[in-house]
Amino acid sequence: MKRHLISAADLTRDDAVLILDTAEEMARVADRPIKKLPTLRGRTVVNLFFEDSTRTRISFEAAEKRLSADVINFAAKGSSVSKGESLKDTAQTLEAMGVDAVVIRHGASGAPYRLATSGWIDAAVVNAGDGTHQHPTQSLLDAFTMRRRLVGRDAGLGRDLAGRRITIVGDILHSRVARSNVQLLHTLGAEVTLVAPPTLLPVGVGHWPCAVSYDLDAVLPKSDAVMMLRVQRERMNAAFFPTEREYSRRYGLDGDRMAKMPEHAIVMHPGPMVRGMEITAEVADSDRCTAVEQVAGGVHTRMAVLYLLLGGNEPAVTHARTEETK
Amino acid sequence: MSEPNKTLIRGAKVLGGEVRDVLIDGETVVEVGTGIEAGGASVVEAAGRILLPGLVDLHTHLREPGREDSETVLTGTRAAASGGYTAVFAMANTFPVADTAGVVEQVWRLGREHGYCDVRPIGAVTVGLEGRKLAELGAMHDSAAAVTVFSDDGRCVDDAVIMRRALEYVKAFGGVVAQHAQEPRLTEGAQMNEGVVSAELGLGGWPAVAEESIIARDVLLAEHVGSRVHICHLSTAGSVAIVRWAKSRGIDVTAEVTPHHLLLTDELVRTYDPVYKVNPPLRTERDVTALREALADGTIDIVATDHAPHPHEDKDCEWAAAAMGMVGLETALSVVQHTMVDTGLLTWEGVADRMSFAPARIGRAEGHGRPVSAGEPANLTLLDPAYRGTVDPAGFASRSRNTPYEGRELPGRVTHTFLRGRATLMDGKLA
Repeated sequence: MKRHLISAADLTRDDAVLILDTAEEMARVADRPIKKLPTLRGRTVVNLFFEDSTRTRISFEAAEKRLSADVINFAAKGSSVSKGESLKDTAQTLEAMGVDAVVIRHGASGAPYRLATSGWIDAAVVNAGDGTHQHPTQSLLDAFTMRRRLVGRDAGLGRDLAGRRITIVGDILHSRVARSNVQLLHTLGAEVTLVAPPTLLPVGVGHWPCAVSYDLDAVLPKSDAVMMLRVQRERMNAAFFPTEREYSRRYGLDGDRMAKMPEHAIVMHPGPMVRGMEITAEVADSDRCTAVEQVAGGVHTRMAVLYLLLGGNEPAVTHARTEETK
Repeated sequence: MSEPNKTLIRGAKVLGGEVRDVLIDGETVVEVGTGIEAGGASVVEAAGRILLPGLVDLHTHLREPGREDSETVLTGTRAAASGGYTAVFAMANTFPVADTAGVVEQVWRLGREHGYCDVRPIGAVTVGLEGRKLAELGAMHDSAAAVTVFSDDGRCVDDAVIMRRALEYVKAFGGVVAQHAQEPRLTEGAQMNEGVVSAELGLGGWPAVAEESIIARDVLLAEHVGSRVHICHLSTAGSVAIVRWAKSRGIDVTAEVTPHHLLLTDELVRTYDPVYKVNPPLRTERDVTALREALADGTIDIVATDHAPHPHEDKDCEWAAAAMGMVGLETALSVVQHTMVDTGLLTWEGVADRMSFAPARIGRAEGHGRPVSAGEPANLTLLDPAYRGTVDPAGFASRSRNTPYEGRELPGRVTHTFLRGRATLMDGKLA
């Protein structure tokens, strides 16, 4: 694996499978009474969040603490950043403090890439979401959830998602989750179809390794997993679609539509869900919706990523079991 | 700067053609021929070099007044002299905006005092560049600065009525409106060219049609009111097609392209390095090809640098926070040689036309863009086309270093620049 995780495109198929397998091992830790490994003891990880995201930050923080890292949370609001300090200055401050990894969330696409490549800092950089660019750990936790549900928890070890048909629905244009997922799922051998109104698809989407459809009903029967993206209500003011009602009718997932899916197919959502618009409560609360599992998988996957980036030279399972016997 | 006196430029290819000696006496070329005796003149041995009329840049940002940390009239004109320019047109987006006779006269006077090249201020079309109310175009023209070119560059005059009125109004004194073609609503939040790369990088897309739709509107407005319009920094194949169509229809339109749009593409944005962040954005290979062809066939009239200096800290940051623009005065001729001459698309006579004759004509820069012949003002640029070197911004005369060419090998080097007979650049060093 590379030293940083900036984009899902950084991962080879073997890298991704290694992370998913390692995440399964990390999941076993969660089943223990004491959910903790000593793996990153003495290592310092900073969660550098320029954009609010309680859900992602807590997920990373839980992952870091379960690996025994020293965790520093740095929120831009109310900090020197809000007084005009630049990303470079912030990075160099962290560098001076000797941090080993920076988990960065930033509203600007490319900010983690700049942080990792501009020589401002030596620490490993993990992208926790940048603008409308990438959210690689989200795509890993999604793949983790899909593999568990569609291939099997133990049966899935060492395997990818070859041949699985994944549909991603909603605001693709503004979604870093969609960009990350298209790349990672393609790397893992899945067939991805994007479904959205044409206004919410980027101009260059024809070059992505996926199919595109405007017709959700036609795609649902052929889907093993349907990932619903949150539609931001402010988009309506920019004329991306006429009304919430019309969007919901054409692209929302309700019980009737879910019934068109194959029996084994799952419904996914990165959260937070806007019930009633892109997904009805009936679907969100059904057994087929994996939104809560995705959250749990997020911690396991992020543990795996941090473990592997920060010097996980041996398989996590060996390490974990060794600790168990001490 | 050395005082004007007699200088003999011996054995240069004049405009890349015949080898000639050129004798300068005072501010004027007095003789062009062969075997001219030096007499008491200082001699510049110019074998293998090309003598061009002094370059004229119709699109420079000097940043003074207001952003002297980026550039000043002094540092900007020194950069111009280093690049072979003898006249530059200074854009109006300063602080305060150059929308009054007072500000344009200030810039003009600073240029005269420093003397590295002639500075012709461009006046704003609208007050404060706000696009709502015409600035005092006539007063700026009647001032000592004698403004002939008006532009809200950096912003588009997007109100069709204001644009129409500006085009009509400047006819009274032979002015020209230079349009920064960018439909604002279509480029809200735009960070780079809209296309395959922007979709992948998650950066707001800047569609080609945002430029093309304004150009289409403006050439039709120019035709309707019988005025002339100049289009700044064309960047798309579609823009080329519209200008070509307008010219075929007899519309009085001229257009410019920057050196960087002749060479660089949006693929470079994959580095997220803000040195490539520029307005209009870098486009695709297809656009670059179209722009080169259009410059070669005359659809695009001139090369203009859009020299846009920014201090280091405005670029040493994440892409979204970075300022747009790149410096260009000191590398323009090398990039044009690389993209147009070395590729066989343009002769040196063509370069003289696109970088001196035509811009001087469009901007009505008297004394510039003249043939290299006896009796003409000695505004000259001497170039070594065989030179190959790596661009090192540490040696730039510009106060800013935001060049996309750092470390890149480019051909050609300006060795001498003469402004009315006075060497502003001598053996590659500012005089």
